[in-house]
Amino acid sequence: MDRAFFEQLAMPLFDQLYNHACWLTGDRADAEDLVQESYAKALKGFASFAEGTNLRAWMFRILRNAFLNSRSGLKQKTEYLEDEAGVDEAVAHEVTPETLFLASESQEAIFSALERLPVAHREIILLCDVDEMSYREIAQVLDVPTGTVMSRLARARRNLRAALGAKEAVR
Amino acid sequence: MTACSQDRSALAAYLDGELPADQERLLQEHLLSCPECAAEVAAQVRLRRAMKPAASRFASSAEFRRKVQGQIAPKRNVPSRWLWPVAVAALAMMLLAVVWNRESTLGNQAFREVADLHVSDLASANPYDVVSSDRHTVKPWFQGKIPFAFNLPELAGSEFALLGGRLVYLHQQPAAQLVVGAGKHKISVLITQESRGSGTALPFSRGVAVRNSFNVETWEKNGLRFYVIGDAEQGAIHRLAQALQGVNG
Repeated sequence: MDRAFFEQLAMPLFDQLYNHACWLTGDRADAEDLVQESYAKALKGFASFAEGTNLRAWMFRILRNAFLNSRSGLKQKTEYLEDEAGVDEAVAHEVTPETLFLASESQEAIFSALERLPVAHREIILLCDVDEMSYREIAQVLDVPTGTVMSRLARARRNLRAALGAKEAVR
Repeated sequence: MTACSQDRSALAAYLDGELPADQERLLQEHLLSCPECAAEVAAQVRLRRAMKPAASRFASSAEFRRKVQGQIAPKRNVPSRWLWPVAVAALAMMLLAVVWNRESTLGNQAFREVADLHVSDLASANPYDVVSSDRHTVKPWFQGKIPFAFNLPELAGSEFALLGGRLVYLHQQPAAQLVVGAGKHKISVLITQESRGSGTALPFSRGVAVRNSFNVETWEKNGLRFYVIGDAEQGAIHRLAQALQGVNG
């Protein structure tokens, strides 16, 4: 396989992948293991990567699968199942736009709320709002239909909203 | 609290830029007339903007980045042990080439100066400051004009004829230029004090060398540098050089 071509395409994604891996694992050493493993796997599988398709989504998917199979990923796997159980809708609904607006003042509050989300929710919010992926790209990363992306994203956002509102209420 | 019947997921899709164009237009119109939805959109826009720094919250060390890049980069020729001598030899040759090139550049400059003096003398309407075929006239003329002394061989009766001399500057130093006829050819003899670098840099250290179709011979003796240059044949240049060496030992 053309290693130089792969290097040229994949290295620009390095910072994004590393940052995402840190958000997923919450640990730098684990993140480094994930990123390293992902690049090794991507290089190996580069022959099967169809040129013209989305390399970023492909690499993020490899990273995600590596995470789910890692020790830190396995620990959080139950959270993935819980994701479908839903969110405390009542709390989320109580959070007014004004509260949300105020909560956005504090970057610390946002980061800590993100950290406290179940990993599946944190993941999809990061992919959409931080890495600015389209629903289609996210569907490729998570290997789910676009409809699932939309519903999970809605749940994740309500959850984040509740977390930010709760933070605000505590103050 | 939601008096408005607007679908919340449509608001999110709108903010994500995923709403079809026609629905997007409808929603934009709705936002103009619904303060409740407008406030919600404003809050969400702000929240999303506040989340952007999460994109660069964790930066990798340069070391780790290099490590990963090193693992995926094409195998560059790793210098193995046996390659070292080759690399060293190649480096030595490069250095040699640079030095040689520099030296020959210096040498070329030195030669050009000598050749220029010779040619300009031939082209001059007044080629000599002192016109005489008598060495006992020419040599004393230089006294007080140059900071050194030299001897001239007796050329009478030889194939050479002394035509005259003049004071010139060579390598920024005063030099004696003697013009010697050899048949129809003219040969310049240039004598100057040896300056550090000029002589050693010359590419023609031994015997007669051919430069730009001039024949040149140069040598250093007792702190003086001699050049013999002209379009006469190599043998004649060499014989004149020997005659000069004979009296300036």
